Amino acid sequence: MAGALDAGTQVPPGERVIDVRDLRMRYGAKDVLTGVSFAARRGEVLVLLGPNGAGKTTTIEILEGFRMRSSGEVSVLGADPAGAGEAWRARLGVVLQSWRDHGKWRVRELLGHLGSYYRRYSTDGKARPWPVDDLLEVVGLTAAADTRVLRLSGGQRRRLDVAIGIVGRPEVLFLDEPTVGFDPEARRDFHDLVHRLTDVDDTAILLTTHDLDEAEKLADRILILAGGRIIADGSADELSRQVAGESEIRWTRDGRRFVHSAANPTPFVRELLLQHGDDVTELEVRRNSLEDTYMRVVHDFEGGSK
Amino acid sequence: MIETLRVGVARGLIEFRHTLTNAQDMWGYLFPSVALLATLFFMDDARVPGTTFSLGASALPSSIGMLVALGGLITIAQYLVVDREDGTLLRAKATPNGMSGYLIGKVVGVGVMTLASVLIVLVPGLFLVDGLRLDLGGFLTLLWLLPLAIVATVPIGASIGSAFDNPRSFGIVMLPMFGLVAISGIFYPITAMPGWLQGIAQIFPIYWLGLGMRSVFLPDALASVELAGSWRHLETFGVLAVWAVLGLALAPALLRRMARRESGSAVAARRRRALTTIGR
Repeated sequence: MAGALDAGTQVPPGERVIDVRDLRMRYGAKDVLTGVSFAARRGEVLVLLGPNGAGKTTTIEILEGFRMRSSGEVSVLGADPAGAGEAWRARLGVVLQSWRDHGKWRVRELLGHLGSYYRRYSTDGKARPWPVDDLLEVVGLTAAADTRVLRLSGGQRRRLDVAIGIVGRPEVLFLDEPTVGFDPEARRDFHDLVHRLTDVDDTAILLTTHDLDEAEKLADRILILAGGRIIADGSADELSRQVAGESEIRWTRDGRRFVHSAANPTPFVRELLLQHGDDVTELEVRRNSLEDTYMRVVHDFEGGSK
Repeated sequence: MIETLRVGVARGLIEFRHTLTNAQDMWGYLFPSVALLATLFFMDDARVPGTTFSLGASALPSSIGMLVALGGLITIAQYLVVDREDGTLLRAKATPNGMSGYLIGKVVGVGVMTLASVLIVLVPGLFLVDGLRLDLGGFLTLLWLLPLAIVATVPIGASIGSAFDNPRSFGIVMLPMFGLVAISGIFYPITAMPGWLQGIAQIFPIYWLGLGMRSVFLPDALASVELAGSWRHLETFGVLAVWAVLGLALAPALLRRMARRESGSAVAARRRRALTTIGR
């Protein structure tokens, strides 16, 4: 499966804002990443999925320049994160898993202050930083603008983290589990924000999540990381087609509910309707959801590696 | 560079303002002041040995020297440890020029906070004790002594802070620091100490900052009760300069090492550890 999906080949070399080849990471005797390769282009949303401990956070931290790698080639916005300078840092946005910093600061004050670091990196094409009031509006924190950070609710705190991540109007944005603690409405707002960032600002986004629904909604491309390497790379649609899964057919006849699985549902459904005609009601044909695909891919991989 | 300096100074002033708007920090300012003033009050009748000069009046400038030294050594170290644990430092690392802005902000913030705590002790103290004076010579001494005090203590304090990644183990530093205060001639003349303790005290900046402040605020005649019977400005400058050089040589490397090690998982690991400690 991984061989068929030679990672990164879908993005032409000239368009890559993130380019990772054969990335390896070893802590002591433990190999965490054993040859990760992928690429992303401008305006693309990549969702990184994988079981806990698969190396998602390690991968992101290497790309952010927070962690040294053992080997492999990594380029973000044309520079190696291990030695890139402050001007490079200014084009990057980072939202990590847990922040509880700046508790005494007020929301508007903190965004204004952190934004001021980006002022000198403002260009004609990209005015930096994002004006604070607009940004508050975009992330839905206008009402909390004068609240101290430590008084924010979990969801508000996370919105603030996202706001800080984008205050410099980044060209590449890393989001590590950004929607933990969001209620459904906040989640919807966040998804709108992601679309806005990619459409209006042409930001490339790499995010991790455990919410497969969210991944399906947001991702242009999904990467599944397991056992230290990328075992699947493609859109949710492509992935589900590549997994030789069976579709599920459900129907009701004579008040009874039936379920059947078939690799190819078309002949089965044709036969079903020929036999019973209008007696068949509540007919549903469901192909693999991303969840099915994900479970299958990870399960197959784990089975294969044992 | 100018821009980073501007942002860093703004940061320091914002953090100073925050300390004025919450009870915990206000207590941090007021407690030493109240404690010191109470001590001075009870010293009222005591005299500096061998003179008729009030011991309290002598202890007030010494205490100011101590506050300056502890501000530089302890406050900044505590901030570093706490900011590392809650992710403030990592946030600085994720921001362009954020680390420089953070450190400039700390030096400015701690500087202004120390100044505030000195004033809170000095102003009521002046009403409580007699005999202090500030003339032109003393003022000129302050002009070199205070900046040198900051350069001699802040980098050392930052180096100490970079060595700890757990606020709860910071007590290891506080204990010897208070021991040092006790032998540094702050509340009682160092001449009363055995010779070997005098030797140890004279290695560290606390004694010299106390001495320097006494030279600023006390009549020159009082120099006769000091070691060697002099204010020893040259030696004060020398010892503080050595600490400054040592600190400036040590701190950048240690801070870089600390910054390099910061990552989301490092912060998360510390957070888990903090939670289990609290849970016990």
